[in-house]
Amino acid sequence: MSVRPGNAPAMGPLTAAAPPRGSHFGRTSRWLWAYYWLLLALLFLPIALLMLFAVNANTTLAFPLRGLTLDWFAKVLSTPALLRSAGNSLLVAAGSSIVATLLGTGVAILFVRFRFRARWLLLGLSVLPLIVPFVVLAGALLVLFRAFDIDRSLLTVGVAHVMIGLPFVVLIMLARLIGFDAQVEEAAMDLGATYPAALRLVVLPAIAPAMIAAGLTAFTVSFDEFALALFLVGREPTFPVYLFGQLRFTTTLPVMIAMAVLLMAATLALLIVAERVRRAR
Amino acid sequence: MAASGAALDKPRSGRRRPPRDGVVGGRRGTFWAMLLPVVGFLAIFLVLPLVMMAALSTRLDLRGPLLEPWAPTLEHYISLAETPIYLRLLLTSAGIAALVAALTTILAYPLAYFLGLRAGRRAAVLLILLLVPFWTSYLLRVMAWKLMLGEEGVINSVLLTTGAIGEPLSALLYNRFAVSVTLVYVWIPFAALPIIAALQRVDPAVLDAAADLYASPAQQFRRVTLPLSLPGVIAAFFLVFIPTVGEYVTPLMVGGTSGTMYGNIIQDFFTKAANWPFGSMLSVIMLVATLAVAILALRAVDIRRFVEP
Repeated sequence: MSVRPGNAPAMGPLTAAAPPRGSHFGRTSRWLWAYYWLLLALLFLPIALLMLFAVNANTTLAFPLRGLTLDWFAKVLSTPALLRSAGNSLLVAAGSSIVATLLGTGVAILFVRFRFRARWLLLGLSVLPLIVPFVVLAGALLVLFRAFDIDRSLLTVGVAHVMIGLPFVVLIMLARLIGFDAQVEEAAMDLGATYPAALRLVVLPAIAPAMIAAGLTAFTVSFDEFALALFLVGREPTFPVYLFGQLRFTTTLPVMIAMAVLLMAATLALLIVAERVRRAR
Repeated sequence: MAASGAALDKPRSGRRRPPRDGVVGGRRGTFWAMLLPVVGFLAIFLVLPLVMMAALSTRLDLRGPLLEPWAPTLEHYISLAETPIYLRLLLTSAGIAALVAALTTILAYPLAYFLGLRAGRRAAVLLILLLVPFWTSYLLRVMAWKLMLGEEGVINSVLLTTGAIGEPLSALLYNRFAVSVTLVYVWIPFAALPIIAALQRVDPAVLDAAADLYASPAQQFRRVTLPLSLPGVIAAFFLVFIPTVGEYVTPLMVGGTSGTMYGNIIQDFFTKAANWPFGSMLSVIMLVATLAVAILALRAVDIRRFVEP
């Protein structure tokens, strides 16, 4: 909050009794600061406690802990089905996020740069998957695939994930393109570029970071998606579906949590690397 | 999706078009090259499945190929009207979602106010910190609440040790309370995002004007900041409400039998019961209700202001 000097005219009494600002704001800020940290602690607490069970020697989720161990992490590596499911998720997330990014960027460019009658319809349909309940979308896709005799597989999950990644990509790209001056393309075209060339040489480099951000968002949405995947997986499970199957067994739960810790560490590492790369450029 | 040529080729700034437009590689070709794939995708995998599902809801059972015509029947809709439990459960789910959305929005508002207006340059880092727990699998985050609320869980352990209760409370888990707590927990950081955006749109000059007119800081907040941030508040409410009505995963894990929501019934008809036509009918009802709420929400927030420059 900027506390600018009052712009009231210097008329003796008015400036003397300046409106009260400073002290109260400071107090409110301190309360808000405390509120933030309290809420942050509450958000971290359950997950931090869960993480404890990745190093707990006992398999039951109860306190006090019986001792510390790293065995569960070793067990992750010796559970091929678990690693395989993580690999499946990686494949689905990579494939679906790339397709969603390409389609979604197209929608955003079409919406911002072209005037056509159905542009609001196109935008509405592209963000509709955010509004349709996942259980409905999953059922509808199940009907489609059954009607056309398409077996459920990672591909059917991937199709569903392109759909739910699309709204995120469209919204992120829309936010980027709305602030991007159309005259830059027009300048390129005045200099002899065809429209696709102007898009490729001028617009694309400018929106590439936003596309990467959009793609990463779609990737994480897909990697963690369970509600649709449960309906649409075939014999090969994605990681969340595999995890759901294992949650019934208390003996394997610590292994699952260890895997989650590893995935979290990988995410963090990836983000740090991405940030380094971004700064180095 | 017909595009009228004149409107298509008109640049937005209204400036003169370069003469090479319309030849190979012009705007028009690019337009169709971008439009067709996404329209095809949405038509085949979004519109067609929903239409087929609506059609299936008029079919008696699942026997025979799905693509062959059948005599449409409204039997499932009639049995819905005759068995009130389904619609009652839909209302209950909407009630849970409204409660969760309201609580989440109220809890997220001070957070958004702090991050959007008071945290200064640290705001970005503090926001990321808030989202860190969400790098963990959704299922494990819900699982974590089993750990908090269970009979041998954290809350019971603390209460037992401090002597506040004699024996563990079993009423904490496997009911609507557990579902609601878990959902609020999951949604708080996301509900803060639209509120932050709305707060940052408030022009500081308006607040200065209020201060110059001797509004106290509390009055400034109540009469200026809060009303101006309402679009963000409404957006946050519906951001939580809409996906929560159709939620089936969280109730499946921490809801038990008494915490069942409408989405679980749909899931049952598509999986265990394998009565897809009835499940389709229930889905159509929920879809229509959800779209109605979404349209109301868009009216309230007036989305066009955010998208049109």
